[in-house]
Amino acid sequence: MTAPASTTEFKTTAAEVASLARKERDGKYWFGTIASIVGMAAIVLYCVLPFYWMIVSSLRLPTMGMSNDFLPNPPSLENFAAVFSPANNFGQALINSVIVSFVTTILTLLFGILGAYALARLRFPLKGLVLALIIGCSMFPGITLLIPLLKMFTGTYEWFPNWMNTYQALIIPSLSFGLPLCVWNLTAYFRQLPVELEHSAMVDGCTPAQAFRLIIMPLAAPGVFTTAILVFIAVWNEFMIANTFGTTKAMMTAPVAVNQFTGSLGFNTPFGTIMAAGVIITIPLIVLVLFFQRRIIGGLAAGALK
Amino acid sequence: MSVTTQAAAPPVNRKKNSLSDGQGRLAAMLLSPTLLILVVVVIIPVIMSIRESMYRKLDGVDPNTGEVLAGEPFVGLGNYITAFTSASGENVTGVFGTMPRLVNAFINNMYFTVVAVSLETVLGVAMALIMAKAFRGKGLVRASILIPWAIPTIVSAMMWKLIFDSNGVANKILGQKILWLQDNAYSQWAIIIADVWKTAPFIGLLALAGLQTIDTQVYEAASVDGANKWQQFVRITLPLMKPALVVAVLFRTLATMAVFELPWGMMGPNKYSVETLSTFAFTEARATRYGQAAAYSVLMFLLVALVAYLFIKLLGADVIGDEEVKAVSAQRKRAKAAHKAELSGGGHTGGGAGVVTTTSGEAQQ
Repeated sequence: MTAPASTTEFKTTAAEVASLARKERDGKYWFGTIASIVGMAAIVLYCVLPFYWMIVSSLRLPTMGMSNDFLPNPPSLENFAAVFSPANNFGQALINSVIVSFVTTILTLLFGILGAYALARLRFPLKGLVLALIIGCSMFPGITLLIPLLKMFTGTYEWFPNWMNTYQALIIPSLSFGLPLCVWNLTAYFRQLPVELEHSAMVDGCTPAQAFRLIIMPLAAPGVFTTAILVFIAVWNEFMIANTFGTTKAMMTAPVAVNQFTGSLGFNTPFGTIMAAGVIITIPLIVLVLFFQRRIIGGLAAGALK
Repeated sequence: MSVTTQAAAPPVNRKKNSLSDGQGRLAAMLLSPTLLILVVVVIIPVIMSIRESMYRKLDGVDPNTGEVLAGEPFVGLGNYITAFTSASGENVTGVFGTMPRLVNAFINNMYFTVVAVSLETVLGVAMALIMAKAFRGKGLVRASILIPWAIPTIVSAMMWKLIFDSNGVANKILGQKILWLQDNAYSQWAIIIADVWKTAPFIGLLALAGLQTIDTQVYEAASVDGANKWQQFVRITLPLMKPALVVAVLFRTLATMAVFELPWGMMGPNKYSVETLSTFAFTEARATRYGQAAAYSVLMFLLVALVAYLFIKLLGADVIGDEEVKAVSAQRKRAKAAHKAELSGGGHTGGGAGVVTTTSGEAQQ
């Protein structure tokens, strides 16, 4: 068993060890490899083909929106120009989306980091109840919250101002799903960091607050960043709240605007323009996904909410 | 709710713990902003919803006096009762026959949820198994599997609307002339397909995460013992993947029950074959019939709560996943068992109330 004995007595060369270590490439091996490649290809095609159709449709001429050619013929960027025609006000919608998504993400992080740290590290009574409350909030059907808020924001009550078509009406309800998502993900991250880090920092004279700020925050930065991405994507993609409270062209977010495109060509659904707008909305997300895929997958696996 | 839990809490605190002393106050400080916001944006609206569902806006003309009706009188459970009966004269015809509009929406909801989530789970697990076996190209698959997840649901609804158009590419490939978007059984399938496309990869990712925690030695031991691949999958892979999978499926189930964007974006309002509780309640709210809308959304909420409860109780979905909470609850269970043993051993009776309180406190956790 011992290494020196085997090298002296049996004189196994490195090449022989390597050949033994290599898996046998018999029929079963090749079958497995080919099946795996076919399976992987199937997954990629499944995920990408409908999206490919969206891109192809956006690159056609606006008059050829219903064409079923698998390549745009002739390719054209006219749909993308049409997206930004003044009638659609899509530029403003994008700005609204950016404002709502960024502000909501920052607010959720601001509150979520503190809450998540307490949930991950501190011992206190009713912790189970608090965790259940937060996860319960994320399970909520959005429509249950929306109806009383709609009545409230439309100025039905005398004690509440009319908030329709304001940023706060888009941002505050978004916290209802953004904050649980944020707290949940961050709690998972904080739990992964060894508690000894804070203990040793406090032994060295840090106050708990200092230990958190100087030791934990820098280490949790990747987790905070991932959480920010997940919350940002969730808010960016949100439709129901935005569709309810942002009804004027000036206050629509991009997903709502896409749904209400009338296009420049009159009565038919302007699919080319809609697909172009869809591509524009999706591109920032695809870029995020491509750059941070490992982090996002890790975050999804840890948080598993949305 | 809180009363019973508070009653159950003292046993945890009874022992002084040097680690936990004074942490309660800090925790309260750190958590209060989050909890305050959740109370304002979730709890209060839910309570308002429940209150709202007891009122009904009057419109139309009084048949006896000819007066125009106005106001919003209290109707108690009236909104719920008319929703389930055809008293409102609002019977609609969907795929599953003619019935009150709410019942129709409810059946659609259940149908979408059961079919779509089953398909998503099977496809997702299959994807996870393929990805776990993969030698190379993992990066490419990972990137592409995130695309359906990242696309905004409303954009994917518009995308599938184009694909399922009567002159669209789906009909071209199938060589059929199916009217997918014309409010029929095909419309239901169009929505199910769109939902499965978007979320099966997501379940696949979570299932893969569960799969990767399984030690390969378990499989080696099983194959030494003569288990074939299928037995290994059923006896090892599935049970060990279950914790991750059940939580993922729970969240998918709840999200699918609240489905809104797909029927709204692909077909629009008042399409009875694809109307769900969410789109129905939303349509009513838009028409300022807040009372009825709130009643439907409260029913939706109760349904979601029931399903979540069943998942947690019957399938053991561990949604909280906190070791300490688990330990505390296990400790309490042991204490309860010891208490019971002591009671029965000592011949005492009448400890029932205390036990019941503890149990209900635990159910909350």
